[in-house]
Amino acid sequence: MKQFTYERATSPAAAAASAARNQGAKFVAGGTNLLDLMKLQIETPSHLIDVNDLGLDKMEPTPEGGLRIGAAVRNTTFAADERVRRDYGVLTRAIVAGASGQIRNMATTAGNLLQRTRCPYFYDTNMPCNKRKPGSGCSAIGGFTRHHAIVGQSDACIATHPSDMAVAMRVLDASVETVRANGSTRIIPIADFHRLPGNTPQFDHNLEAGELITAVTLPKPAGGRHIYRKVRDRASYAFALVSVAAIVRRDGSGRVALGGVAHKPWRTEAADRALPQGAKATAAALVGDARTTEHNAFKVPLVERTLAAVLAEAKG
Amino acid sequence: MSDFNPMRRKVLQAGVASGAAAAAPFLPAEAEGAKAQAPKSASVPSVNVRLRVNGIEHTLMLDPRTSLLDAVRERLYLTGPKKGCDQGQCGACTMIVDSRRIASCLTLAVMQEGHDITTIEGLGTPKNLHPMQAAFVKHDGYQCGFCTPGQICAAVAMLDEVKAGVPSHVTVDITQPPEMSNAEFRERMSGNICRCGAYSNIQEAIAEVAGVRRA
Repeated sequence: MKQFTYERATSPAAAAASAARNQGAKFVAGGTNLLDLMKLQIETPSHLIDVNDLGLDKMEPTPEGGLRIGAAVRNTTFAADERVRRDYGVLTRAIVAGASGQIRNMATTAGNLLQRTRCPYFYDTNMPCNKRKPGSGCSAIGGFTRHHAIVGQSDACIATHPSDMAVAMRVLDASVETVRANGSTRIIPIADFHRLPGNTPQFDHNLEAGELITAVTLPKPAGGRHIYRKVRDRASYAFALVSVAAIVRRDGSGRVALGGVAHKPWRTEAADRALPQGAKATAAALVGDARTTEHNAFKVPLVERTLAAVLAEAKG
Repeated sequence: MSDFNPMRRKVLQAGVASGAAAAAPFLPAEAEGAKAQAPKSASVPSVNVRLRVNGIEHTLMLDPRTSLLDAVRERLYLTGPKKGCDQGQCGACTMIVDSRRIASCLTLAVMQEGHDITTIEGLGTPKNLHPMQAAFVKHDGYQCGFCTPGQICAAVAMLDEVKAGVPSHVTVDITQPPEMSNAEFRERMSGNICRCGAYSNIQEAIAEVAGVRRA
């Protein structure tokens, strides 16, 4: 691990200001996808700003009838909250489908969003990777690609975003609240938070340097059945091959997003419109233009079958 | 358990210390377990860290890079928690911090000031086993034993999570409190790998402590 200096920040604005002052600084909260990468010297921050003591660990109702989840709320606390279990079931289901008990106890709301979009070649420092070292090439293209993206990818990167929570937030139209180094705040719709790789796969999201997430806000609860279905290579503690987050109303209308298929949670307006017509039409609207490899072509029919299972569950 | 000899560790430490004297320039900072002071680093000073482990306060001078796991093992000589993968994937390093199980390899010691840290050594002693330790012995919940301290810490905190109403991936109705069931225990223990494959006996031990009939 490269050397770094350590600081425990005392307010969100102070943390953002410190990050702007210290080039090469990173925030740390749970540390579950930072410490592992630092050990491999894939992440090499020169300064760590601990953001665990900023009072961002609260969950509170919003005036609009929604729920505001502090950036430092642990994934376990988030998933177990009575209001989330009752009104945002898709989120509880998604969070407990991810990682392990130990990791969920450490990982935070903001950290889950900021975990790296990644693939095994990103972790293998002996191999080229445009995300790890821009311009070095992509080892996944032409390599082993069972887990890789089938939509939204580029010639530079075909990694997938592994978060389950973010897929549920995408279907709920959550927003991300931040504070910048100059103390100003802004609200980023979750749809605009993560990036497609394009020619700059080293950037996973649209935060500015030093910008700190303070909360994620959920709008008023959306009525309907909340379902999260995750298909993976083992029954627990594995990334999704394909996952579906859906909220389906009694009349068959609703909204749907996919995990495991792209550089970010994947949702299209056409798919939401197609939902009442069934899995085939919805799948076509989500991954009809998929570009696959021989290793991951199975994901296209798997998306349709997982959607079919979700729609059957919604009727049941 | 009758031949348990805590002094064995001291003997090993002495051996490491004398060996380290010759090899010191080549050792990474975290490996300098036997020294009272953290080694001098090129540019980043050591930091003073107060850790409360198993109810006892310790003050350590640490390289900021030191994980909680390395601090506890290499500086406090509590070697129950194991370094398996050092990447948060195996669960061998599981400790209980403020009543919650965590992967101690994925957090820095300096981040854990002010928290209550419990290791396997703080759960029970050879003469006074924690019920979960006794159940692991009774049901032979291990073969090589390397993952066992992590399994036991994880299992103890896991049962508390079920009692506290934390839902899991296999909870049928997430609006209701989860059941104490073998299906729940299996899912919730997926963060602890046992390469000897003692899972069945581990599940027997957990079921007994939870008061659940093993199906």
